[in-house]
Amino acid sequence: MAVLVVADHDNTEVRDTTNKTVTAALALSKDVDILVVGQGAEAAAKAAAGIAGVRKVLLAESAGLGKMIAEAVEAVIVPLMANYDAVLSPASTAGKNFAPRVAAKLDSSPLSDVMQIVDANTFVRPIYAGNALETVQSSDAKKVITVRTTAFQAAGTGGSASIEKISGADAPKTAFVSEEVVKSDRPELGAAKIVVSGGRAMGSSEEFHKVLEPLADKLGAAIGASRAAVDAGYAPNDYQVGQTGKVVAPALYIAIGISGAIQHLAGMKDSKVIVAINKDADAPIFQVADYGIVGDYKTVVPELMTALG
Amino acid sequence: MKVLVPVKRVIDYNVKVRVKPDQSGVDLANVKMSMNPFDEIAVEEAVRLKEKGLVEEIVVVSIGPSQAQETIRTALAMGADRGILIQSDADVEPLAVAKLLKAVVAEEAPGLVLMGKQAIDGDNNAVGQMLSALLGWPQATFASKLELAGEKANVTREVDGGLQTLSVSLPAVVTTDLRLNEPRYASLPNIMKAKKKPIDVKSVADYGVDVSPRLKVVKVTEPAKRSAGVKVADATELVSKLKNEAGVL
Ligand SMILES: Cc1cc2nc3c(=O)[nH]c(=O)nc-3n(C[C@H](O)[C@H](O)[C@H](O)COP(=O)(O)OP(=O)(O)OC[C@H]3O[C@@H](n4cnc5c(N)ncnc54)[C@H](O)[C@@H]3O)c2cc1C
Ligand SMILES: Nc1ncnc2c1ncn2[C@@H]1O[C@H](COP(=O)(O)O)[C@@H](O)[C@H]1O
Repeated sequence: MAVLVVADHDNTEVRDTTNKTVTAALALSKDVDILVVGQGAEAAAKAAAGIAGVRKVLLAESAGLGKMIAEAVEAVIVPLMANYDAVLSPASTAGKNFAPRVAAKLDSSPLSDVMQIVDANTFVRPIYAGNALETVQSSDAKKVITVRTTAFQAAGTGGSASIEKISGADAPKTAFVSEEVVKSDRPELGAAKIVVSGGRAMGSSEEFHKVLEPLADKLGAAIGASRAAVDAGYAPNDYQVGQTGKVVAPALYIAIGISGAIQHLAGMKDSKVIVAINKDADAPIFQVADYGIVGDYKTVVPELMTALG
Repeated sequence: MKVLVPVKRVIDYNVKVRVKPDQSGVDLANVKMSMNPFDEIAVEEAVRLKEKGLVEEIVVVSIGPSQAQETIRTALAMGADRGILIQSDADVEPLAVAKLLKAVVAEEAPGLVLMGKQAIDGDNNAVGQMLSALLGWPQATFASKLELAGEKANVTREVDGGLQTLSVSLPAVVTTDLRLNEPRYASLPNIMKAKKKPIDVKSVADYGVDVSPRLKVVKVTEPAKRSAGVKVADATELVSKLKNEAGVL
């Protein structure tokens, strides 16, 4: 049986979430093909062809695919599924957007956020904000899977798969209007080795950026935030870490002025090392932190900057 | 226009979840249950559209045990007009929920289905997208802003990397994200009024949909526990530990 991986990419390169999804796919089959959908994504297709263990890369392009319009992506994938027993995509917002549509069209029960592949039919996934893990056995012939990429190692490079162009698709009832892309020279939140996150304690957008940016720059870190900080407008929505935001598992996660609600922990508790800075010694974040400093971030963060040299 | 809002009864988001010792699931006996928070946001948005005069009727539908009537009542107290309970004591998988909702849409003919992006029990984030695919309607998920403009809806979506705005032709399926609005608390008079609003109780069989599960739950387990580490005195000690003990700097 062959399986299809839908790449996550920025037109030029594939994100490492794609390599991680390939690892998950290789646990199902040795015959792994990658589908690159986009517009002007030839370079990304070349990068995908270089992932070790990949058999073939399919490239489908159109205006709608360039914006990852779910209806268009689904229209490309569904006919391809005659040749595949499973389709896997990173559990990115794009993956979560199109994968269930593909499942519905194939009359298959989707498997969201899979973190372990036990065998070809058995999968482990988090439920209740990661407070429980369920092992499920699927009886569907075609599996539709989104992958919790933090749970898989990235497949390496050195492959030389062929690239085949296939026809694209568009979504007649859905029009792209505009986008606001958060620009940053820092690493992407999902891929960063170090993440510094701020919470409601920051009190304002100015303070959030004034406190976290120099620290992040010194550490080469990405910046994250709690829901409370995003709701209050201190940080853009795509900084949100948690059950309903991004799931991260960096080598080092520094939570500053974040209480540690279960919904936040759901997005960061698999980090290797967790540091918490909070003035409340009883804040639940300390129950998961490897190192905690009880204190006002207003004094602790400047001291940290100095100590880092 | 009529709006259909599917609402799910789930464990309250504040409850600490306990896995049953026999690994058959999560302990739901005597725990507080509430409306899924994203569905509350969907009800609120529908009520605001009605208050603006853009919507005539709000119908809420829930698939679940008879207690899900309470969840429907909550929505009615917030301002929805009537409810449908499709009673099922067994868990219904997202695919089957989508099929049932498709059948409800066929009966009710709404111009918009407004629903949560994710139920916080199963964390699937799937039903809205599946319903849209089954209906052949456009979808706009993870909405942080919704504007109705004649035959279309303009929806701003929270996506990795920022925000995306789409224009979808109606009828459409829109799923809510956290920042769409802040749901109201129902006032006492509205709670009283809601008691008189109609709830139609149906069974799964009424819709002729096969809801037999495709996924067999083998076991439900607790994730690896993280234990609390140490408190350090100051930033200097922290940096030294991160360098020498943890080796992450
Ligand atoms: C459906 C749903 C989904 C959710 N999804 C998410 C999600 O994905 N991600 C998420 O993060 N949350 C999520 N939440 C929200 C979550 O429940 C919490 O409300 C939120 O995480 C709290 O954010 P916070 O820790 O910044 O704020 P608070 O809980 O208010 O904590 C602020 C902390 O800062 C400390 N503090 C204050 N001043 C200082 C100072 N000067 N120095 C040091 N410390 C200080 C305080 O002691 C406190 O511990 C969700 C909630 C719901 C209902
Ligand atoms: N049993 C149910 N009854 C009514 N609506 C539901 C049910 N299950 C899911 N939904 C709707 O589908 C959304 C997404 O759920 P899910 O895909 O299960 O995460 C929820 O926010 C609800 O709006």
